Amino acid sequence: MPTLANYLLASGILFAVGLGGVMLRRSIIIIFMSLEIMLNAANLALIAFSRYGLVSGHQVFDAQILVFFIITVAAAEVAVGLAIIVSLYRARQTTHVEDLDTLKF
Amino acid sequence: MNVSTIAWITLSAPILAAALILLVTRKSKPLAAGLAILSALITCAGGWILFSRGATGDFLGFNWVDLGASFQIPIGIALDPLSRTMLVIVTTIAPLVFIYSIGYMKDEEGYWRYFAGLALFLFSMLGIVLANNLVMMFIFWELVGVSSYILIGHYFRKDSAADAAKQAFLVNRIGDFGFMLGILLFWISTGTFSFSALNSSAGVFVQHPTLLGVACVLIFCGTVGKSAQFPLHVWLPNSMEGPTPVSSLLHAATMVAAGVYLLARIFPILSASPGACEVVAWTGAITALGAGILATQQDDIKGILAYSTISQLGYMVTGAGLAVSAALPMFHLFTHAFFKCLLFLTAGSVILGMHHEQNIWKMGGLLKKMPVTFITYCCGMLALSGCPFFSGHYSKDLIMACSWEHHRGIFWVVVIAAGLTPFYMTRQAMVVFFGKARTEHSEHAHESPLVMIIPLILLAIPAVCAGYAPVEHFFFHEIGSLAEPEVPSFVPTIFMAAFLAGLGLAFLIYRNVEKDPVRIPFLAQRFYIDDLYFWIVRVIQGGFARLCSFIDRWFIDGILVQGSATFIWTIGFALRFLQLGNIQAYAFFFGAGVIGLIYLILNVR
Repeated sequence: MPTLANYLLASGILFAVGLGGVMLRRSIIIIFMSLEIMLNAANLALIAFSRYGLVSGHQVFDAQILVFFIITVAAAEVAVGLAIIVSLYRARQTTHVEDLDTLKF
Repeated sequence: MNVSTIAWITLSAPILAAALILLVTRKSKPLAAGLAILSALITCAGGWILFSRGATGDFLGFNWVDLGASFQIPIGIALDPLSRTMLVIVTTIAPLVFIYSIGYMKDEEGYWRYFAGLALFLFSMLGIVLANNLVMMFIFWELVGVSSYILIGHYFRKDSAADAAKQAFLVNRIGDFGFMLGILLFWISTGTFSFSALNSSAGVFVQHPTLLGVACVLIFCGTVGKSAQFPLHVWLPNSMEGPTPVSSLLHAATMVAAGVYLLARIFPILSASPGACEVVAWTGAITALGAGILATQQDDIKGILAYSTISQLGYMVTGAGLAVSAALPMFHLFTHAFFKCLLFLTAGSVILGMHHEQNIWKMGGLLKKMPVTFITYCCGMLALSGCPFFSGHYSKDLIMACSWEHHRGIFWVVVIAAGLTPFYMTRQAMVVFFGKARTEHSEHAHESPLVMIIPLILLAIPAVCAGYAPVEHFFFHEIGSLAEPEVPSFVPTIFMAAFLAGLGLAFLIYRNVEKDPVRIPFLAQRFYIDDLYFWIVRVIQGGFARLCSFIDRWFIDGILVQGSATFIWTIGFALRFLQLGNIQAYAFFFGAGVIGLIYLILNVR
């Protein structure tokens, strides 16, 4: 039976992997995928807290409901994000972040 | 009409004329001059009506400042023997000078500006004469300064005229600062600004004679500035840059006499302080002598008259300082106003006839070319010199005789000055009117037009007879006693000897000369006082200005204003390098920031 710590460790590793992907990868699609991994790491932590955290001896499912909302919003966000990436590609013919530095001083 | 209405009309007619000239009649020369002269004639009529009725009283117009019973500044008119006589002097001379100006200013630019300035001056001068309290007088005192500034700077395109106007204003400011302090000191100690209350408040100062002395001397500072007493006399000779009628009306007859009038106004309280009187009398005597010495070496026809004006003002101030009677300085002011105004107008006539040449050494032999000017000039010159049977003789000798009684030292100073007066006036007369014509211009000089001649003749009459006993009694018996003091019989002989010595010496030296036989640079350069002041201004005021400029430029501008801007800009410049434009770098900063935050939260107790 895994403990809360195991779940949180797994969540932390997932988050770190996601953050590393966001910071290191060059393709914007991969960055986007890494972003989703970070999101799901947060979801995992929420569910773990919900499963192990007791309020006056009873289990509370609020956090699990919250996770459903996050998944829904994330789906919508993915749709918007992918649309932006597609139109970005149409405009610049590239999905590499190194080529997208117009904001630079 | 009742007295109060007449008085207010008299006071306000000139300012209305000035406003109309400025706003409506700029285009038309005759209208501008006509309006100004009309207002002057109205004031003249008003002045004489008020005088002949013997109008007396204090007429409150309105309270200009009203902060309860303890602090009120009223604008009101005070009519008493003193202000009535002064009113007649001012309003009689002004129209003559206004009319004379038509001829003198005929071809000058800024004709309307000139007449508006004259009307403004007349208004301000009447304000001084009629004011019933010190603050109102101070307001008009400054207005007179403004109109003097405008009129001296009439030819403002000429640097010297613009500088002279500026100097006149600034030098007067120095004196006025003392005047202002004096007003405040009197207010603090007596709680009133009104002349009538002030003059009866000598009792307040019984325990504090020093306070009274200081207050009187501070008020006297105003006189020193306005009446060009030593050491603030420097502006008056330079003010001759203005048109000659202005020199005549403002800088000889009326405006400069305002300082003497002020002394006469506060005479009861002034004479309660022997110390202040001593200061006043000595200042006047030194001025009378110093200016007389300087007048002997001037070459400008108006410059000589300017120094003689300063010298005569010195007599008046001495007369006030002798603390005999307010009528004593006023009597000399009265006679001097006529003969000095006349002298300046004749000088203006000469200058016009000479095509604006003012150096007396370029004139000569004008006797035959300008006979009327010469005769009227002689009336003024003899009156100024103190020739018997001319007005100046009576008023000046009276002051000198009184000084014999009250202060022997002052007596000798003013007697020497009285010997100098005929000397420099005879020098001027000999060089300008006698001998041979020295230049082309004096060869072709011509008599002035009728509009200028008539005021000369009209002024020559009072210049001769203003000092006679009936005239004196008519104008002065209400102001105070003008009884001859008891003097030893040789004293009048001294006066006569001084007069004849000055006259004879000048006649001998300056008969048939081509160039000035006596050249004393120390006197021609005005004791170097002007240079000394210039040096003081350059070194002290200039140095202070440079210090201020340095602080402003390097500390305020450099460090505070631009420094703070540069500081912010530098921070912004440094932060610009964090803007990499790379989204992943931002994510890294963000992540690092979050980690840093967590670290802080966990470790800060």
